[in-house]
Amino acid sequence: MTTISRWRALTHHHLFWPVAVLIALLLVNVPFTPDFFSINMTDGHLYGSLVSIVLFGSPLILVAVGMTLVIATGGIDLSVGAVVAITGALTCSYISDQADQNTLSAVFLAMGIGLVAAVVCGLWNGFLVARMGIQPIIATLIIMVAGRGVAQLITDGQIITVNSEPYKLIGGGYWLTLPFSVFVVAAVVAVTVALTRRTALGLLVESVGGNAEASRLVGIRSTRIKIMVYMFCALCAGIAGLMISSNTSAADGNNAGLWIELDAILAVVIGGTSLLGGRFSIGGTVVGALVIQTLTTTIYTIGVPTQTNLVFKAAVVIVVCLLQSPKFRAKVFGAKGPQGPRQGAAPVEPAPAADAAPKMEVSR
Amino acid sequence: MAEPQPVLEMTGIVKEFPGVRALSGVDFRLFPGEIHALMGENGAGKSTLIKVLTGVYSLDGGTITLDGESVRFGSPLQAQQAGISTVYQEVNLCPNLSVAENIFIGREPTRAGRIQWKRMRKEAAELVDRLGLDIDVAAPLSSYPLAVQQLVAIVRSVGTGDRDGAGFGTKVLVLDEPTSSLDRDEVLELFRLMRQLRDEGVAILFVSHFLDQIYEVCDRMTVLRNGTLVGEHLVRDLDQVGLIELMIGKALDQLEELHEHQMRSDVGETLVKAEGLGRTGGIAPFDLEINKGEVLGLAGLLGSGRTELARLLFGADQPDSGKVTIGGKQVSMSAPNDAIAAGVAFCSENRKSEGLVPDLTVRENIILALQAARGWTRPIPASQRDELVAAYIKALDIRPADPEARVGRLSGGNQQKVLLARWLITQPKLLILDEPTRGIDIGAKTEIQKLVVSLSEDGMSVLYIAAELEEVLRLSHTIGVLRDRRLVARLTNGPEITTSKILETIASGEHQ
Ligand SMILES: Nc1ncnc2c1ncn2[C@@H]1O[C@H](COP(=O)(O)OP(=O)(O)OP(=O)(O)O)[C@@H](O)[C@H]1O
Ligand SMILES: [Mg+2]
Repeated sequence: MTTISRWRALTHHHLFWPVAVLIALLLVNVPFTPDFFSINMTDGHLYGSLVSIVLFGSPLILVAVGMTLVIATGGIDLSVGAVVAITGALTCSYISDQADQNTLSAVFLAMGIGLVAAVVCGLWNGFLVARMGIQPIIATLIIMVAGRGVAQLITDGQIITVNSEPYKLIGGGYWLTLPFSVFVVAAVVAVTVALTRRTALGLLVESVGGNAEASRLVGIRSTRIKIMVYMFCALCAGIAGLMISSNTSAADGNNAGLWIELDAILAVVIGGTSLLGGRFSIGGTVVGALVIQTLTTTIYTIGVPTQTNLVFKAAVVIVVCLLQSPKFRAKVFGAKGPQGPRQGAAPVEPAPAADAAPKMEVSR
Repeated sequence: MAEPQPVLEMTGIVKEFPGVRALSGVDFRLFPGEIHALMGENGAGKSTLIKVLTGVYSLDGGTITLDGESVRFGSPLQAQQAGISTVYQEVNLCPNLSVAENIFIGREPTRAGRIQWKRMRKEAAELVDRLGLDIDVAAPLSSYPLAVQQLVAIVRSVGTGDRDGAGFGTKVLVLDEPTSSLDRDEVLELFRLMRQLRDEGVAILFVSHFLDQIYEVCDRMTVLRNGTLVGEHLVRDLDQVGLIELMIGKALDQLEELHEHQMRSDVGETLVKAEGLGRTGGIAPFDLEINKGEVLGLAGLLGSGRTELARLLFGADQPDSGKVTIGGKQVSMSAPNDAIAAGVAFCSENRKSEGLVPDLTVRENIILALQAARGWTRPIPASQRDELVAAYIKALDIRPADPEARVGRLSGGNQQKVLLARWLITQPKLLILDEPTRGIDIGAKTEIQKLVVSLSEDGMSVLYIAAELEEVLRLSHTIGVLRDRRLVARLTNGPEITTSKILETIASGEHQ
């Protein structure tokens, strides 16, 4: 393979642009924080900006991974933020009711309760979408709106704080020098990849999202698949909810996971999964979530005023999405892709005669 | 003989896709007032040449001259505004809009910026009338079968020509396999219209795999093979055998005659039995038996209910009445899964919207039905899967023979083969084929028909639907005749059964 064709193959890889953007964003930080890439060991824990990005980005990665599958079926789940809040509220209120908050069994039971609640939310979403045929955006809007109210009810409108060492571990603890949440994320991503690519689930999900009617006629039980996927997405959001509440040792029904659904959707799109459904890429989503988290970090390090940081974020997201569009790239860089550049209709100078291909017996 | 100036001239056209050189230096010219056939096997580059012309794809090399001026269109809309009207191979209209809206989309009659709905419907009705069609232009397009949708696409393109005052003078009309799902009558109607436009000076580019149609209506043809030009001929100078040789690049060992195929009278026991099966608005209740190893062909005109009958037998639509037994067991037919589990396979006529998942690869599309039957927890082992896929790509000669290629990027005929492969791989007991040879080139068409014969000899039952009566007649042991959404007769094939006999039965509509 020539260098050029190798370069082409690289730039055509579906992860190329997300990774390129991630690296660029990371580099932007260096002038502002010269030791941005350095990682120190203190008390047997690794610290550094990169570690923080992964740590704080963990919940987003989880939510985005679940969201990827939902989007691949041609749906969307707006309720994940509310599910984060509900899970955190239930778990924390159960733990805070305990006499000894450090009992392992109680903590496990509390997390179990939270996660079951999350899965039930997913079941509800899936039921509305797949069984009742309600538009996903509307169906999941119900829990998005009502869910925060439920979380408030659970916490009596208060912020519940907990003081539990074991619980602190998942969102704020360290293990083997790394934040524990990194392991949780790695496990969830590994399980998701195995679940979708080792079995036929991924193929069936892509088929349902890619052509729903054809999938029905081919005998795919899309109702079941969709319900499963919404439940899985909610489960991921639930785990993120545990992480967030564990990290702050508190459950805030109002603010936990606020707007995380939007960040997650962005992460999925940046990762290269189309909102129209069909092909998805878990790896892309993970990179996409890291891009969003890095962006959030960058906004702080380069000191964008808080009032304008959303605008800044929006601007970067637009650039990323444009970069990913083959049409845009063709216009700007003049690269040739399958859909190639589309020149204007204006008459053009005659192109050099293409080196004449063998023309056989052209009789006129 | 001094030739007139061509209205359209394409020179040295090159188009490359990653890994495929779809067109390498093709020359093509089109004269005003001629009907020009673009011929070639599946994947030869016909549709690509058309899409390069109309700005769907960009050019990688070569020039296009329209009316003596060098042009390059950035979008199909620009091409249309310059006077090139196109019907693409895959019908791409908006199914949820009305027929009238589809005809006028993008150029609705307006007054003071507001769409004149009444006028639009009236003009649409007139256009549709001109083609001798009886359809309600206010109804959503999706309520009509594929053939009608195809006709609407044609009406839409030719309609642009005679909207006086709107400035849409069609100079070039491009029709990419417009007749692939039409019946004889609509084809004749279309030809009448094409000739009329030709006589008005419009240049028409026509793609079809039906050689008889080419010889009936075309004046000149250009033949492509593997993305290269092999020749331009006047139709009267080249006979069918010569044409086929040009297309496939070798002498043809005489197209296999299927007529000789022995009609076995000893077809096995009853496999499928439908009693009083019907659906309001689809097809009147009918009784039907299909034996093991029998090929049952369905004959009928457009809209006679052939597809509707097939869909009921597959559970694609829910019946209002009746029951189905397969292999002696009653099947609920509440969803396709039930039928599939009972061994029924259904190859839809509409490969784009009901068949393929364009984003997935050839391999994934081929194994989809088999995988769906196994459920998501039991993936087909990779080695077995690859072997199966490779075997079917080879058997059906799917090109490119790359299991990783995205199906959406295959040529129309090759997509059709992928759809066939998907169902063949499941080894069904009853294979329902709705227009299986749609868009398939002449060589492959014979192959597929031979395949049907050999499958039936191996004991598979086949329900065969095709617009071409000869095709039905050639393959079927029994022919079910439909008329006005009613199964009116069942004829046992034999020497006395001819196409005219079938047409007579359709016309008289006498029951049994
Ligand atoms: N968008 C695309 N990306 C990649 N390859 C493509 C694309 N479109 C077409 N091709 C390839 O270009 C070649 C020519 O395809 P084309 O659709 O022009 O064939 P065709 O002559 O119209 O065949 P058919 O009779 O089956 O419609 C094929 O090998 C096809 O796979
Ligand atoms: Mg084609």
